[in-house]
Amino acid sequence: MLDTAANPQLNAHGELLHLLSIEGLPRDVLMRILDTAVPFSEVAEREVKKVPLLRGKSVFNLFFENSTRTRTTFEIAAKRLSADVINLNINTSSASKGESLLDTVDNLAAMQADMFVVRHASSGAPYLIAQHLAATQREHIRVINAGDGRHAHPTQGLLDMYTIRHYKKDFTNLTIAVVGDILHSRVARSQIHALITLGVPEVRVIAPKTLLPIGVERMGVRVFNDMKEGLRGVDVVMMLRLQNERMQGALLPSPQEYFKSYGLTPEKLALAKPDAIVMHPGPMNRGVEIDSAVADGKQAVILPQVTFGIAVRMAVMAMLGGG
Amino acid sequence: MPTLPDAETLLAELAAVMRPSVDPTKTALVGIHTGGVWIAERLRTMLGLIQPVGAIDVSFYRDDYSQRGLSANTKASQIPFEVEGAHIVIVDDVLNTGRTIRAAINELFDYGRPAKVDLAVLIDRGGRELPMAATYFAQATSLAAGQSLALERAVAGALSFRLVEK
Repeated sequence: MLDTAANPQLNAHGELLHLLSIEGLPRDVLMRILDTAVPFSEVAEREVKKVPLLRGKSVFNLFFENSTRTRTTFEIAAKRLSADVINLNINTSSASKGESLLDTVDNLAAMQADMFVVRHASSGAPYLIAQHLAATQREHIRVINAGDGRHAHPTQGLLDMYTIRHYKKDFTNLTIAVVGDILHSRVARSQIHALITLGVPEVRVIAPKTLLPIGVERMGVRVFNDMKEGLRGVDVVMMLRLQNERMQGALLPSPQEYFKSYGLTPEKLALAKPDAIVMHPGPMNRGVEIDSAVADGKQAVILPQVTFGIAVRMAVMAMLGGG
Repeated sequence: MPTLPDAETLLAELAAVMRPSVDPTKTALVGIHTGGVWIAERLRTMLGLIQPVGAIDVSFYRDDYSQRGLSANTKASQIPFEVEGAHIVIVDDVLNTGRTIRAAINELFDYGRPAKVDLAVLIDRGGRELPMAATYFAQATSLAAGQSLALERAVAGALSFRLVEK
């Protein structure tokens, strides 16, 4: 186990050094990121969609696991901050030749990297990199976790919070349901930590017992196994992708059975508040966790989530890259 | 500095200096957050300008980002008119080193290519570190190195200066 209690994300003044996990970040740091993302949203409206903050800096996208949307939005965010972006898909490169994670990091650091954006199938890989950089007096190189195993996906959690704030203004009067494959989802963990830290009074998780981690109640959530019961009166429905690639053994009877009980259909959505918004981190499995009529419906804010994700990632990189 | 300058008096003087040179149908004001925006809003009314006021927060263009990081409470810039070919007057409360103005001009050009850019300030306090000059100003004042002037706005809208000692 890595020692996360020391919280290598923050310096002695409580300022963000790395973004590794939402867990352990105080409310004011989360709010500062959300506040900072607002002016970055405006940059996309300009003739020149670029600001000079990270001019001359090199951002390395280190993707040990596939991702299209996350890698692309990180790349766009870094480019809109004027950084040079180098994309490495390591699963097709060094790792397959046997190089260790930290050797890869050392080699890229020797190429004057300023920031690593890391996606890895193993929980804790970005922590390991940040600790390695600190142990070798290279704290000036910043690390952003772009998703590690089942552990965390903090920028996804933050862009989800930005989306909720955009549509609902205030966190402290909301009832929010996170629905689906909580067990395998780093997105769900980041969302739940963020929602609780930001003061959402009722966070619900809705899932079959086989897709819930043991002791999930200790995160401060209300657990529902019946989706209809769980959706009643909620302001926000946060759907999760059914992660077939992470499942071992028979956790579910079949995708069709799952859709019947836990797929978001217009009929089930009608139980939520009339102005409830529907979110999904993508990629969506239509007809498995979400009905097309909902995914393309008026209450869905799934594409705005993608757009907001660029501004949120710009804000995080800009907060880490200066001073 | 013997007495604190009166912001409302300076505002009236600045409007009088600008009036002969502005075209109410064409000239557009862009205030620098936060004081410059307050002044620009007042000037727009006093000069009878048709164009809405723009607002710029120069945080993304500051030259001390790599030393000091991104400032907290950065606001969104808003330019609600076509910058391409426009006559723009950048408005700020106090002109000092000129670094904020450089950042503001750089930011403005990311919205388009203005035909002309002028600068209007209430106070020119000297101390330039870049070759910048105000097209219009109401008063030239010198301040001690550790002093600065902070513009404040009362609930009713009246502007005033407060002396800040570092």
